[in-house]
Amino acid sequence: MTPSSSIAAPGATPAPEEHHDHHPNYLVDGTTIKSWLLTVDHKRIGLMFLFWVLLFFLVGGIFALLIRVELLTPGPTIMDAMTYNRTFTLHGLVMIFLFMIPAIPAVFGNFMLPLMLGAKDVAFPRLNLLSLYIYLAGAVLALWGMLNGGLDTGWTFYTPYSAHTTTTVAPVLFGAFIIGFSSIVTGINFIVTCHTMRAPGITWFKMPLFVWAIYATSCIQVLATPVIGLLLVLVTVENLFGFGMFDPARGGDPVLFQHLFWFYSHPAVYIMVLPSFGVMSEVVATYSRKNIFGYRAVAYSSLGIAFVGFFAWGHHMFVSGQSTFAGGLFGVLTMIVGVFTAIKVFNWVGTVYKGAVEFKTPFAYFCGFLFFTVFGGMTGIALGTVSLDVAWHDTYFVVAHFHFIMVGATIMAFLAALHYWFPKMFGRTYHEGWGLVAAALIILGFNATFIPQFLLGNNGMPRRYYEYPERFQSLNVASTAGATLLAFGFIIIAMYLTYALIYGKASGKNPWRSKGYEWLSESPPPTHNFVGPQPEFPEEPHFYVDPKKAEVPDAV
Amino acid sequence: MQSSSHAAGGAALPVPRLAGHFASLEVQNHAARLGMWLFLATEILLFAGLFICYGVYRFLFPEAWAAASRSLDLTLGTINTVVLITSSLTAALAVHYAKEGKNKMVAVQLGLTLVMAVGFLVIKYFEYHHKFEIGTLPGRFYSYEGIQLPGVPLYFTVYFCATALHGIHVVIGMIVLAFSMVRALKKADFGPNNFTMVELGSMYWHLVDLVWIFLFPMLYLV
Repeated sequence: MTPSSSIAAPGATPAPEEHHDHHPNYLVDGTTIKSWLLTVDHKRIGLMFLFWVLLFFLVGGIFALLIRVELLTPGPTIMDAMTYNRTFTLHGLVMIFLFMIPAIPAVFGNFMLPLMLGAKDVAFPRLNLLSLYIYLAGAVLALWGMLNGGLDTGWTFYTPYSAHTTTTVAPVLFGAFIIGFSSIVTGINFIVTCHTMRAPGITWFKMPLFVWAIYATSCIQVLATPVIGLLLVLVTVENLFGFGMFDPARGGDPVLFQHLFWFYSHPAVYIMVLPSFGVMSEVVATYSRKNIFGYRAVAYSSLGIAFVGFFAWGHHMFVSGQSTFAGGLFGVLTMIVGVFTAIKVFNWVGTVYKGAVEFKTPFAYFCGFLFFTVFGGMTGIALGTVSLDVAWHDTYFVVAHFHFIMVGATIMAFLAALHYWFPKMFGRTYHEGWGLVAAALIILGFNATFIPQFLLGNNGMPRRYYEYPERFQSLNVASTAGATLLAFGFIIIAMYLTYALIYGKASGKNPWRSKGYEWLSESPPPTHNFVGPQPEFPEEPHFYVDPKKAEVPDAV
Repeated sequence: MQSSSHAAGGAALPVPRLAGHFASLEVQNHAARLGMWLFLATEILLFAGLFICYGVYRFLFPEAWAAASRSLDLTLGTINTVVLITSSLTAALAVHYAKEGKNKMVAVQLGLTLVMAVGFLVIKYFEYHHKFEIGTLPGRFYSYEGIQLPGVPLYFTVYFCATALHGIHVVIGMIVLAFSMVRALKKADFGPNNFTMVELGSMYWHLVDLVWIFLFPMLYLV
């Protein structure tokens, strides 16, 4: 664990900072409630998003635990069947629309993107604030609907059932429609920021990889979200008035609904997971103390995933009456996503190879992330095979698969980002030992929760069922035990991070000695990020050592 | 999407104000324009879903589609198309005059655009009213005796969803243009350096027009 030899070498040249004493950091620059609620500072908006996103994560997590407790026994345990249906629907809706989609882009994207581009703010600061309030308005409407009845359709709200069920569909779907606008606005803002706000020296291929990932994510957000927006309105109208757009009794086609739904909802999983890939590219370079291996390959593969992701939606519909040819085509296109993801995985492993690894908490999450991505990704390839999917369709195998790749990878990256950028955001450090303990608990708990579900699905247990035969009980108990472990991990994190927020030691400007552009400003940064003239960035991002020497023994 | 152009008091200040986080005025205007183009892309994708529904159901029920399309009033539809395309011309002229700093003409052109937009909505109201009277309505509300073919109620579902969504966009576009018009009248500060607000509003209006140019043949001329 020798420190990098290149640490003394001059990094990117920061602006002269002789005045920085007079510039309070963004946390204390204005302390009234109004100065927070009406701020246009991307850092404060990111922080407010962090608060809400964590709150909704708690809500979704409580629903998840209720589901797991209910499934402890084959028959009814703590709730009736209808409540169970509502609980898993709410778990899915809250976790997807209120937590995972905004989690990394709206929190860390908002906070880090301008810092990484050497800009004072995002391109449209007021729209940025608006996106927070649109998100909250949609969340309030959706949660109001959930509490006043709740819906039992599953988060996919397939027609014709969602048009006929007597539960409260309309307000929840309309809430999700409103949240979609928040996502679109954030996406537009980030794309324009990448195009117009880059500091002198930051060319397209000198943007940090997190920025590349956010850029690709924003493209998906902008292009896919309107389609589900329209669909949500159509289903709401269908539910309220019965226009029959997707009602087979009136000539409508429910499979058309599924096509339109997955046209958004499949790319949406890349909205969730691409920012995670970006976070991990930053983390792996920092803690291996090596330049990222294959920078361009990682950058291009983000765009590749975003592009191919638009043409893979049909793999959700292998048993919906799609032609065999279309099924095969979608299967192949699905596997191409795997190729791009594999490019990333190999590049990350190549970065760690012969690096001077500092095994800090974010790196522990990177290890978990690598496992979940590879394992979850490989089961995804298996599910993309039409013949195998016919047997696995709508079983717990699918549930376990998407929790591994979509949730596992995103949670790992979210926690890695939270720890890696905690000193940047708050200027304080957390307790490293507790960090590692919590990481171990969470990775272990996650495996213990979902590996039994792979087995359950393979044995034929269907998803969304309230009761199950006796023979599935032991695996279900194991899964619930794992979920409990997971919950303990999160409680520990909440405790030591809250403690660090108040009593944590001052971290200094760059505690990880990272070469990321965002660490060039103070931690926490002043209100306009950089003091003095526009900073310039002559050096490449993730530059730890001359690439020609990187694999020479003892160079790092 | 108009980026920070609240001129802070007094006509002496140069307009538009350069927001602190942009490198230059060109960059700021470029950002505003790029943002608007991206927003227009999302609008097109919003309508794309409806166009796909239209395509699928027309493929499934070609006779119903043809018959239902005949029941629409082609004359009113054509008049509306002409009105809307003309309003796009006046919106474009408003941008032209804004670049030259002729604020009165900007207000006149935008006023003409708004008048035509209202005309469009009035004609649309008469069309809707007629449909409510004879009962060519979506889904379970369909009660017209004249055409009894499977799929006809679905045609009117698509018709009403598409035209209503378009109508909402017309209203939003009118609000956006009205803001520019009021500004041209009250502050009268549009000029060679400050026409982004009119330009973006006009871009939005062209999109509203463009959507109608697709809707008209698809719905009326099947």
